[in-house]
Amino acid sequence: MLKILASRLRQGHRTNRFPGEVPPLPDRFRGRPVLRPEECPTGCDACEKACPTGAITVGEGLRVDLGRCLFCTECTDACPRDRALVFGPEFRMAARSVEDLAVVPGESYRLAEALEARALALFGRSLKLRVVSAGGCNGCEVDVNVLGTVGWDLGRFGIQVVASPRHADAVLICGPVTRSMELGLRKTLEATPDPKLVIAVGACAISGGPFSGLDEQLGGAPGAGIPVDLVIPGCPPHPLTILDGLLRLLDQVPR
Amino acid sequence: MSGAFLPNGGALPLASIPRLPFPAFQEAIVQACSDGAKLLCLAAGRDMAGYALLAPPGSAALQALRTTFPGREFPSITPQVPEAHLFEREICEQRGLRANAHPWFRPVRHHHPWAPAPDPWSRPDPIEPAVVDFHRVEGRQVHEVGVGPVHAGVIEPGHFRFQCHGETVFSLDISLGYQHRGIERALTGNPHPLTFKRMETAAGDSTIAHAWAHCLVLEGLGGVQVPVRANLVRGIALELERLANHTGDLGAIAGDVGFLPTMSFCGRLRGDWLNMTAVLCGSRLGRDLLKPGGVRFDVEPARARDLRKRLQETEAGTRDAVELLFADASVLARLEGTGRVHRAHAANLGLVGPAARACGLPGDVRRDHPYGPYRDAEMRPALDELGDVAARARVRWQEIQASCAFLHWALDALEGLPAGPVEAPTPKALPPEYLAVGLTEGWRGAVAHLAATDWSGKLGFYKLVDPSFRNWPGLSLALRGEGISDFPLCNKSFNLSYCGFDL
Repeated sequence: MLKILASRLRQGHRTNRFPGEVPPLPDRFRGRPVLRPEECPTGCDACEKACPTGAITVGEGLRVDLGRCLFCTECTDACPRDRALVFGPEFRMAARSVEDLAVVPGESYRLAEALEARALALFGRSLKLRVVSAGGCNGCEVDVNVLGTVGWDLGRFGIQVVASPRHADAVLICGPVTRSMELGLRKTLEATPDPKLVIAVGACAISGGPFSGLDEQLGGAPGAGIPVDLVIPGCPPHPLTILDGLLRLLDQVPR
Repeated sequence: MSGAFLPNGGALPLASIPRLPFPAFQEAIVQACSDGAKLLCLAAGRDMAGYALLAPPGSAALQALRTTFPGREFPSITPQVPEAHLFEREICEQRGLRANAHPWFRPVRHHHPWAPAPDPWSRPDPIEPAVVDFHRVEGRQVHEVGVGPVHAGVIEPGHFRFQCHGETVFSLDISLGYQHRGIERALTGNPHPLTFKRMETAAGDSTIAHAWAHCLVLEGLGGVQVPVRANLVRGIALELERLANHTGDLGAIAGDVGFLPTMSFCGRLRGDWLNMTAVLCGSRLGRDLLKPGGVRFDVEPARARDLRKRLQETEAGTRDAVELLFADASVLARLEGTGRVHRAHAANLGLVGPAARACGLPGDVRRDHPYGPYRDAEMRPALDELGDVAARARVRWQEIQASCAFLHWALDALEGLPAGPVEAPTPKALPPEYLAVGLTEGWRGAVAHLAATDWSGKLGFYKLVDPSFRNWPGLSLALRGEGISDFPLCNKSFNLSYCGFDL
């Protein structure tokens, strides 16, 4: 018992102070892309050609669809200029709709707005999540799971993962929605009482991610025709990105 | 011995591997396995081509065999070589064949055969997972418990069917396939721009292990010499992957027996290991660190110093948290004797990684078929005897310590090297009609990739074997005679991948 208490003292208090303080991110962290089309050589479409998921288009002006982006380095490696397209340090990327996930130069990024007043009254201080992995690679699952550890302590925001859809306010989906999990996912959604929210975490759940185009999957929640209330891009998103998205939805981010 | 031999990461012209008549191919496998070889891979490619990869005992070289399947049916070798059981079922499901006299002939992932071929199980369309004849115990006092596909926590989907007498489990039948994304089907033919990403996400918590095995295959085919610096960075990343997962799982084991201090500490420490991988490449899971030919990111001296400082802190914290677990009598009482897998069963089924080492089977790719930095580093083999949850936990703790020792060694080695490139050029085209193999030791065990190019130099055949493919039957065995309430504990001690199995 004394040894346990001594360990407890050595291990210390380790819960980060987000959202009051942002924990440090590594220098190589690849966050929201920063676009400087004025740096692009005329007619260059190297990034569009290099992007394995078709997230980048240059035809009507340089634009990145974060719903498809895997935050890999194919585009930045292909870019003949250093500054035209870089991944910045910005981790805040969650949005309320798939359409809002576009990074367009000169336009401000539409971060997730808080829930409407009635939904906020219901969920703002207590949101129970049912997590369904529908073809997820255990990457997004890992970074959702980590929010439950003492380092993040999701419970302090009134957010909790529950063991039954009957107890849930929201269904959090990871993975491209494989055909084999479609029924399980739909049954989970049916079993979750209304009003409910649907949250898509990661490129797979938003667009199929690395598996887009394969017949064995449906292209994420939107591809399966499931309306979403919050989309959190990344492959996988950093826990900060996920937590920031959830807190924005619940209007718990200090303004 | 028949077939041809090649080292891990090596490649051979297909012409140098004699195409054995099918009975001779099967006989060679049976003979090698009865001599103590491990069957790393048995698979079918296009045009009824058959491939096998064996690891003969005491040899770093790997034995490759090839054949042509004789027709829509073939006799099963599972009765003589039990570890072939899933491979044969997989071949039949993918290619629409029948393995006659297979003792447990069932679908694996629940999909249609890839090429137009009759379904060996004549299943109605659409094929749904877990619609199979489950192993069933009859009797008035026997009851059945079904769990999943969706589970209670943040876990991947799978279906578990228990046959119970009171609290005691007679048998556990596991039916997976829910995560099937079609990775292998999409691998053959044209190299796809997403191929590398799909390798990294085949089992996303083993990004480095699979990406490295894939790199070994491409580098073997292309005759690429990876720079020493790059190999050290890859080794650091692979051991960090192991450290994060072993630390997290020891915490989860502690949680499942209600020992909260270690659970809490390890939850945080696991994140610290993941954050070290993010220091390497920006991604906590090591995404985009590897590329064929080397790595995308170097470890400069300042970064090596940062990593060394973090290593010292996290290593000390992990030691503190884990020693607490093993010093507690009530914890040991729950772990010892629980979920035991016997050595003979583990050997017969071909279990790999910590699950096998906990049963006294010392196989480890880093030592037996060394690649990259493991050709120079001395890896202490982790080993235990009894094959219970306690043994699997102790093996993971031994491996945590060995991985930390490796990291100290690798960071020293990096600092002793002059600055230089971390990637070698790779050829644009692969040589036609070559076979290549890449094995790595992921944190769950051996990851095996076997590939062959076709006449045009494209990947005509590509097979990946995740350690979970080998080890799920081990979990079933561990549950025999156990209380059903110990399922989470036994499950955590293996912590197998669903998507790595389903591909």
